[in-house]
Amino acid sequence: MAAIEKKFTLKFPSSTENLALVREFVSGIGRQSKMSEADIAQLELAVDEACANVIEHAYGHDVSKDVIIRAVFDDERVRISVIDTGCGFDPTKVELPSLEQLVTQRKSGGLGIRLIRSLMDDVSYEIVPGQKNELHMTKKIRKDQP
Amino acid sequence: MPNPFNINTAREGDLSVITLEGFVDAHTAPKFENAVQSEIEKGHNRIIVNCEKLSYISSAGLGVFMSFIEEVRDKGGDIKICGLVDKVKSTFVILGFQEIFDIVDDQPAAVQKFSAG
Repeated sequence: MAAIEKKFTLKFPSSTENLALVREFVSGIGRQSKMSEADIAQLELAVDEACANVIEHAYGHDVSKDVIIRAVFDDERVRISVIDTGCGFDPTKVELPSLEQLVTQRKSGGLGIRLIRSLMDDVSYEIVPGQKNELHMTKKIRKDQP
Repeated sequence: MPNPFNINTAREGDLSVITLEGFVDAHTAPKFENAVQSEIEKGHNRIIVNCEKLSYISSAGLGVFMSFIEEVRDKGGDIKICGLVDKVKSTFVILGFQEIFDIVDDQPAAVQKFSAG
């Protein structure tokens, strides 16, 4: 029998004060998908990072803009898309300096992207010029052992 | 939506102890950054960050550690991190922070590290 796909969407104003709400939404998705607690924590963090990037960089803290999170899951994986209409920026193509380089340059940039790449099984980016940017992140479901 | 976060700074001998509580994300990290900055401006470069009550940290909070560590070490100090719960510790480890920072179990161990030089 084909797996049933479940879809959920959250749309919120582009402000960092909403990141707590984003994490609640994502952990709810993780629990519904029966993902392990450790993986839910990783999913929460990756989506928080993606949304913070949009709020700060794509929208420049403009609270009149909306960020959309689309979550789809079945028995095998959770796929989360973070969608914005701001300045397109492909985080999958960013060259990341080493941690030692960041320390000596007194910079903290790129940590979020590094986390997203580490925490998710697949990350891709799609730009529809002048319309929207979508960051797609997929995590396989590994259930807690009974 | 509550965003529980609390920060407290205290002096213990010649050490500054910054205690983080709750959630450090892009919304609350600026308060953490200000607290570290404020200690450095006072010439307090020997800093312990106690994370026993920290339940979540994202890169915005981790970036605070990164952006100040070189400065305090240049001034003869350090930032030592203690009390990480497993969930938070795994975030530090994913980024390889244990290679750069002294991460110890609890505050007495962090004080001991400073005493040991």
